[in-house]
Amino acid sequence: MKNFRTVLLLLGFLSCTSHAELSIQITQGVDNPIPISIVPFAWQGSGVLSEDVARIVTSDLEQVGEFRALSPGNMLSLPREESEVFYRDWRTLAQDYLLVGKIDRAPGSQLVQVQYEFFDINREVKLAGEILTGSVTQLRDIAHEISNVVFEIVTGTRGAFTTQILYIVAEENSPGNTTFRLEKSDYDGQRAEVLLESSEPIMSPSWSPNGQDIAYVSFETTLPRIYIQNIATGQRRQITNYPNINSSPVWSPDGSKLAMVLSKDGSPDIYVQDLTTNELIRVTDHPAIDTEPAWTVDGRAISFMSDRTGQPQIYQMELGASSFDVERLTYDCFQCMKGQFLPDGVNLVHVRRETRQSPNYQIAIMNIQTLRVITLTDTSLDESPSVAPNGSMIMYATKYQGRGVLDAVSIDGRVKFRLPSSRGDVREPAWSPFFN
Amino acid sequence: MFIQRNNLHKFGLIVVSLFALAACSSTSDTDEAADSGSATGSSSSSGSASSSAGSSSGQLSQEEVRAQNALRQTVFYFDFDVAEFKPEDRDTLTYHARDLAASPNKRIRLEGHADERGTREYNLALGERRANGILNYLIVNGASRSQIEVVSYGEERPAQNGQTESAYSRNRRVEVVAR
Repeated sequence: MKNFRTVLLLLGFLSCTSHAELSIQITQGVDNPIPISIVPFAWQGSGVLSEDVARIVTSDLEQVGEFRALSPGNMLSLPREESEVFYRDWRTLAQDYLLVGKIDRAPGSQLVQVQYEFFDINREVKLAGEILTGSVTQLRDIAHEISNVVFEIVTGTRGAFTTQILYIVAEENSPGNTTFRLEKSDYDGQRAEVLLESSEPIMSPSWSPNGQDIAYVSFETTLPRIYIQNIATGQRRQITNYPNINSSPVWSPDGSKLAMVLSKDGSPDIYVQDLTTNELIRVTDHPAIDTEPAWTVDGRAISFMSDRTGQPQIYQMELGASSFDVERLTYDCFQCMKGQFLPDGVNLVHVRRETRQSPNYQIAIMNIQTLRVITLTDTSLDESPSVAPNGSMIMYATKYQGRGVLDAVSIDGRVKFRLPSSRGDVREPAWSPFFN
Repeated sequence: MFIQRNNLHKFGLIVVSLFALAACSSTSDTDEAADSGSATGSSSSSGSASSSAGSSSGQLSQEEVRAQNALRQTVFYFDFDVAEFKPEDRDTLTYHARDLAASPNKRIRLEGHADERGTREYNLALGERRANGILNYLIVNGASRSQIEVVSYGEERPAQNGQTESAYSRNRRVEVVAR
């Protein structure tokens, strides 16, 4: 039986103030998705449940592009549990996998229990099965948890369906009067919640490695300053007040330090602040613009963007190294910006403008050992890439019909989905770490 | 104070050479300041300029009219990926600097902006670079550092929405805001 602590923790801060709710649209899938049947879960209690577990699992699995779910209308039977499963029926329908389940009131409580079972049709074996217990409002979390199990069994990769995203929404009320919101939602845009609202810009949201705190830049004092906010308590504190630009806060992998950009000494440079001692260490020292710090996977070095050669390129520096000891990572682009390593530590996700003549900014991955570059997107104003904690997808901001939207693309470029917003410009997605 | 030595040196060179150019040309040319003022100042929402300047010009010297027109221009536009203000704004900025020098209690804020192309963090830095270019020019021409606050909004506060070249050119700007 599975421990459901994660879900309970998550619910502690779900206040469900729905704003600008996003919903997913699949814009590009793979050619040969895996056929899977997700039978509607039978609800054996009274009344109507607020969430359809099977439908949530279906959209989870379909929007990452690797699966195609059979429509329930085409199913020959609607089994609720193993004893009702006839493999022959599903083989006839050319299905590879089958998920069935049922939902009951937990005896003597207001909780519900969701039993699911997952089968391999060709080998005629049950691959997984358990009972998950929670409140009715946790059904969505339970569904995402089931998606994680199915995804990991079939693909071998840990599912990221219980992760969340931060993003900024800018909504223009009238010319010169814009409301800026920092919001948090499930990875698929559902259950959006406002964490901060301001009439001044908010930028650069970022997660602490344990997912409990966030850092961002707010202009609420009319100057850009860095704040840290606890998600559960909402408590926040301003952690920088240096002259000029204070921006780009990024947590070190061990959570003890915050890399940031300060221009207090004349031009933007990379600094690292120790969050315990508040000691500030200068990393780069150059009169050009140095910005967009990102930690390497081992936390020993920082990659950053600099226009020291005239145009933005991505560089890397070990912490504690001399400011002359800088390694340049990108060469063959007019502008390469906003670098961030995939969990493998070798592939660098970045924003790329290939030539001066083509004014397109696209999301690309460069292997820093082989220097092979794969451009993943074909739109023209793509920025702010953020990698899912399992390394499988990249969410980024782009423009669609003149408005800011969030798109996601798989790291092989084969699968894309979009989270359209109901209003305002959505931008700067930051994908959470795993919460457990 | 906040200016790194390398940077000051670099800006200093640019500013001094621009100033030299400005000094050569500003006496002979009569229409430039007024022209650039009317061409670019129209979008400004600043209420600080006197509206009676035109009608009362009879009592004002030609130089005073030029100064008033120049001070009415509070938005300065930049070319793509360029941090230096346009040469045609030089005289106007010189009037701003003299005005600050003559009124030590006056405080302004230089708000730097960029168009949306390129990443947000880079644009934040570009906006600051543009505002700093004007800051240094004003200081070299008599304003005091303590009169001027610089803030960059990067691409966060566009003057005009849309993905057109004309919107972009209106968004690459530095605004002079009275405090």
